[in-house]
Amino acid sequence: MSGSPLLRMDGVSKSFPGVRALTGVSFELRPGEVHALMGENGAGKSTLIKMLAGVHSPDSGSIEIDGHPVTVDSPQRAADLGIAVIHQELNLAPNLSVAQNLALGREPRNRWGLLDRSRLREEAVAKLERVGADIDPDTRVGRLSVGMQQLVEIARAVAQDARVLVLDEPTAALSESETQQLFTLVEEMRRRGMGLVYISHRMEEVYQLADRVTVFRDGQWVDTSSREDVTPEQVVSHMVGREFTDLYARTRRAPGEVVLEARGLGDGSGVGPVDLRLRAGEVVGLAGLIGAGRTEVARLLFGADPARTGEIRLADRPVRLRNPRDGIDNGIGLVPESRKEQALFLDMAVRDNIVVTGLGEVSDLGVLRGTRITRRVTEQVETLRVRCSSALQRVRHLSGGNQQKVVLGRWLAIQPRVLLLDEPTRGVDIGAKHEIYKIIDGLARDGVAVLVVSSDLPEVLGISDRILVMRNGEIAGELDHDEATEESVMLHATGVANGAH
Amino acid sequence: MTENSRASATAPAPEGASPGRSRAHRPDFAHLWDRYGILGVLVLMIALMAVLAPNFLTLDNAFNIARATSINAILAAGMTLVILTRGIDLSVGSNVAVSGIVAVLLWTGGMPAAVCVLGGILVGALFGLLNGALVAYLALPAFIVTLGGLTYLRGTAYLLTDGQPLVADDLGYQLMGNGFFAGVPVPVVLMLLVCLVLWFVLRHTRFGTEVYAIGGNPEAARLAGIKVRWTLVRVYLIGGACAGLAGVIFSARVMSGQPTAGETYELDAIAAVVLGGTSLMGGVGTVQRTLIGAMIIGVLSNGLLLMNVPFFYQLIIKGAVIVLAVAIDSLKNWKRS
Repeated sequence: MSGSPLLRMDGVSKSFPGVRALTGVSFELRPGEVHALMGENGAGKSTLIKMLAGVHSPDSGSIEIDGHPVTVDSPQRAADLGIAVIHQELNLAPNLSVAQNLALGREPRNRWGLLDRSRLREEAVAKLERVGADIDPDTRVGRLSVGMQQLVEIARAVAQDARVLVLDEPTAALSESETQQLFTLVEEMRRRGMGLVYISHRMEEVYQLADRVTVFRDGQWVDTSSREDVTPEQVVSHMVGREFTDLYARTRRAPGEVVLEARGLGDGSGVGPVDLRLRAGEVVGLAGLIGAGRTEVARLLFGADPARTGEIRLADRPVRLRNPRDGIDNGIGLVPESRKEQALFLDMAVRDNIVVTGLGEVSDLGVLRGTRITRRVTEQVETLRVRCSSALQRVRHLSGGNQQKVVLGRWLAIQPRVLLLDEPTRGVDIGAKHEIYKIIDGLARDGVAVLVVSSDLPEVLGISDRILVMRNGEIAGELDHDEATEESVMLHATGVANGAH
Repeated sequence: MTENSRASATAPAPEGASPGRSRAHRPDFAHLWDRYGILGVLVLMIALMAVLAPNFLTLDNAFNIARATSINAILAAGMTLVILTRGIDLSVGSNVAVSGIVAVLLWTGGMPAAVCVLGGILVGALFGLLNGALVAYLALPAFIVTLGGLTYLRGTAYLLTDGQPLVADDLGYQLMGNGFFAGVPVPVVLMLLVCLVLWFVLRHTRFGTEVYAIGGNPEAARLAGIKVRWTLVRVYLIGGACAGLAGVIFSARVMSGQPTAGETYELDAIAAVVLGGTSLMGGVGTVQRTLIGAMIIGVLSNGLLLMNVPFFYQLIIKGAVIVLAVAIDSLKNWKRS
């Protein structure tokens, strides 16, 4: 614990019209340190990052680099000061090659003033090598996986001699192996004396990587501790301002009849044959690695994609699901993987986002009936405790957790028999997670058959009565709540369990 | 309840916000501009013209403006729906010619006036249906489909008339263009009627909500059980029917079927929609604001005419005003983000 800090922010405040985003917070980063920054959505993490990136300037307070006060008033200035921010939404030109992206804005030129292609390529190879990335510099960036793109962006930051690197939810869209690769790289950058600000909702990662953990809540600094001095439970209670006893809210449930059954279900291109049964009042977890076919199965069971093989039976009656409307008419709902891309109408009101699945029920001869809409919407907003100023507020202005509740409300309103949830708590803060788990538990107790696709292993283990593990488009194993562990799920997911038989 | 409700998410929202219209929540400039800016531009424009242009501020001239605006406003109202779904309809100008010619042909063929009117509207609607089917079911880009429509419909108009105006001095439905209803020119009444109906459709019907949903997020609309393609077909059909009505009014006004009728009208209609603040990205906008957009164009043209500004300059000024209005609009969005 020695050495002067690389970066020091002291008493920093920032207000936006009507909102105090940060109030007198302090933050410090030492060379060779990974400093995790945690907090719920809206705690002020993004505002802090944007100050480092030169997007916002603080209203008051100071920023120092190597003990010298600095003003970070533009992204260019941030880069000059050696600060690089890797955002959740990556900042690359997808139609250009890796090499071109790495050199963006400082392309090497030959003596005619034209782009020097061979040098561009050589430099790219060297830059990629520094971060241990095995990527062909001629590949177009848009063709790379998200993890690879992230590597390219880190390579660019490292090449520009960044000393402060901010990683904002870097693993949110990475596969398991990509995550491991990132962790190795983080260690390497730490060893070189860079300072890393690491933002993540995933406690395991924070405990694996961070030297210190700082927690913000409601725009204020709450705590900074060394990793050894603070338990995950303490971090969570710092984040939400109260204690959590039972995060997953799973109560005793008594599964009933089989509601939905799939036999030999497949999409004709790599997924299937899949056999599965969902019972009334049961929560089934669908686990597996990214690309194992979990999302595809959920979409087939809803009718989002038509099944090419096999059959689906609802209450022992065969049904054909050719499109989402068929799914809805049969009492099946799907909360899709990506909230903003696949579920929400961001510029429409909370009200419209909820009634959209039941427009036929709230209209007569195509004319909307206000009282029926209000009743339907109010019921969901109240039972789900959606925090919005009114049902007419645009969904864009809600937090991630409240947006997800609006999507849930849309499906609860059709009173489904089967609800399929694909990554229902992704990008949602821990308080809202807990509420979503309670909603899932409530649904199961009301007799709904619930299938939850999730990459978050503790979540799957915590909420499911039964866990199905997928691998290579098929169900590779089934585990009961009591026998399932992270290890047993991973063994099935990676195929080790089957190979042993 | 936990204490972590955020100030940013709990500011009061404006009363009576509707899909695509509920925007900022603070009574600041951006918000005021959002709700009333375009109306302010219209009022400002009227005030300016009242000072500069002789005889501008008279009832007669007000009717002149409204009548001259009516065809564009009707086209623009239909275009609003199309643009709300992230589409575009470049064929409406040519459609005006064809449907007007068909209405005149029906008259010269001995049909009663009502049949001519309905026939013209129906022809417009059918070409809208064709556009919609190609866009929705073959997933062709709307720009290309309707660019083709612009061309082949113009060809059809020439073919039907042999390239000559089809004059009908005794046109039975000429009051559609030149008549008055309760002292108000009939085209103006029709314009208000179309806008009222489409306002109601967008605001108070299931179809209207589906239009906003599809424009806001087509994939989410599909996954929410909306029949996206069928809704799109109906949107283009409505746009075509508006063009058909505009064609009937045009032919009634000039008492003939003109093969050159409606040239570049599609551009004026798009300009009115965009001036009204409808996003070309879809999902945001209203018909009533499109009507104001059309009025701005109408007032400007009329005022410039009264001031005897040479035609070439009129075009330059009109174009500049459109770009300026949209620039202000996007500047506001840029400042907010």
